[in-house]
Amino acid sequence: MKLSFRIALRFLFSSKGQTLLILLGIAIGISVQIFIGSLIQGLQSSLLDATIGSSPHITIKAVEKNEPLNHPETIINTVKKDEQLVALSSSITTGAFLRVDDRTEQILVRGFNYSDANKIYKFNDKLIEGQLPLQENDIIIGKALAESFKLKIGDEVDIQSVNGHIIKGNITGLFDLKVAAINESWVLSSIDFSRQISDYSADQISEIEMQVIEPFDADLIAIELSKLINQNEISTVDWKTENQQLLSGLNGQSTSSLMIQVFVVISVVLAIASVLAISVMQKSRQLGILKAMGINDTMASYIFLSQGFILGVIGAILGILFGLGLLYSFTTFALNPDGTPVVPILINPGFILLSGVIAMSASTLASLIPALKSKKLSPMEVIKNG
Amino acid sequence: MANLIELNKVSKIYGTQVQTKVLHEIDLEIEEGSFNGIIGASGSGKSTLLNIIGTLDQPTSGIIKINNIETHLMRNKALAKLRNETIGFVFQFHYLLPEFTALENVLMPYYIKGKKIDKHMNERAQELLELVGLTKVMNNLAGNMSGGQQQRTAIARALINNPKLILADEPTGNLDSETTEQVYELLREIHRDYKTTFVIITHDRRIAEKTDRIIEIKDGRIFSDFSKI
Repeated sequence: MKLSFRIALRFLFSSKGQTLLILLGIAIGISVQIFIGSLIQGLQSSLLDATIGSSPHITIKAVEKNEPLNHPETIINTVKKDEQLVALSSSITTGAFLRVDDRTEQILVRGFNYSDANKIYKFNDKLIEGQLPLQENDIIIGKALAESFKLKIGDEVDIQSVNGHIIKGNITGLFDLKVAAINESWVLSSIDFSRQISDYSADQISEIEMQVIEPFDADLIAIELSKLINQNEISTVDWKTENQQLLSGLNGQSTSSLMIQVFVVISVVLAIASVLAISVMQKSRQLGILKAMGINDTMASYIFLSQGFILGVIGAILGILFGLGLLYSFTTFALNPDGTPVVPILINPGFILLSGVIAMSASTLASLIPALKSKKLSPMEVIKNG
Repeated sequence: MANLIELNKVSKIYGTQVQTKVLHEIDLEIEEGSFNGIIGASGSGKSTLLNIIGTLDQPTSGIIKINNIETHLMRNKALAKLRNETIGFVFQFHYLLPEFTALENVLMPYYIKGKKIDKHMNERAQELLELVGLTKVMNNLAGNMSGGQQQRTAIARALINNPKLILADEPTGNLDSETTEQVYELLREIHRDYKTTFVIITHDRRIAEKTDRIIEIKDGRIFSDFSKI
């Protein structure tokens, strides 16, 4: 085995040009695979982050629309036991009207406890002016709503509940949640403010929202939670069930990326197999001599397997370096006007390592055909044909 | 002396549709420690005979015994081991590995044996190279050596595992008369010192006359067999 490896190494060194060419083939193949993989993974993660990074993954609310959740403490205590939980916020959401002078607009008042809600919605980052509500009557409104009513920080507005009573709100900030419908209709307040508008009692809220460590398991966790809570009048809703289209898009992207990567690997395997097969022909004279001197068939095939392995290892290392170089230049030179990369790229060491392992195993596998071929070669063919 | 090689009714036919019988029921015995020459015209079947003795080729029929073991009963792996440990080959076209140095080529059969090269073995390889007069070029790549140098390296290589038998097919076929003389002297010396059995093919009668037994092959049959001892 050691001798076969040594001979393989010497054969590779003796035809440097050919060896370099194969190495380049493997390296480019693997770097393309790493680049495409990282690109797609980056795209997916940024898309996912934009979609569910700042919104709840699971929401618990009453089965009946506009009905409150009673005694939320029991539910919260049950839910908090789940190890997957990263953030939990309870809120009161209610429909209301914004009245400024004689103009009235339908709005959605959402009352939060901001220290909890910020972990999900990241309101701090979404605030374009002012500050989050601190006092009971403080509110922040969407950018579009402020423009439409020509409102600014410090203004006092009337919020009218569906029952008709009016509560005054002080605007302390403006937010931009990057969704026009939300910017036009949401008014965010303290939980006590929205409780006054909704007429909920002290042990009633609208919903419990949460984020989990693994968003793609949200549907399973939601089922688990509803079993744990075990109340007929509440329902758990997860983001996956509500975003089927996005999910199928993401799946499609993953599958097409996988297909590209598989075909790249296949072409690398074929390239190595064909070059090594030619190299058996080139080295048939040497193989014949070695066989005449007593090298056995297994040792002869190990020479070619070793060649495949050596090419795979060096090719994988080069491929990883090329791939990282490609990723680096892409994130450095292909930029948006604001300096962020056009496509956010995710560098996943596990994936890169896996690509390297694939390159190594693929090229060792590719050398199997020439290895078997060398086994069949008889020394007589060489001696007879010179 | 006991027989090292025994051939019993060995025939060889090449081709399947058009069959050519190259060897016709050959019976031959080679004694251990003897120095034999095989002569014959080109195409007489002498090289085929040598390759069959060396287990590189299989006979169509007949039995070959080396060291009293019937070679057709041996598996490929056992045959490879036999070639490695018992037989040394010297071919007309020397057949060195051009990617390795002369010294490495000489050591190759020992490497194949699976042994580690220690100081003693390295010295032995150098002694063999000295014996064939190649001390100066032992670290040159085989591909960069002259024909004569390569042939002498091949002889040193055939000797490294102390084989009982050396099979040489026109070992001086490509050499000038002076080098040919030197190579034969060398083979003789080795025979004297190591009691190695030699079977040498040559078409040169003058060379054949230097051997102890001349076997002449004609049209795939033993035409004459003449022993001087």
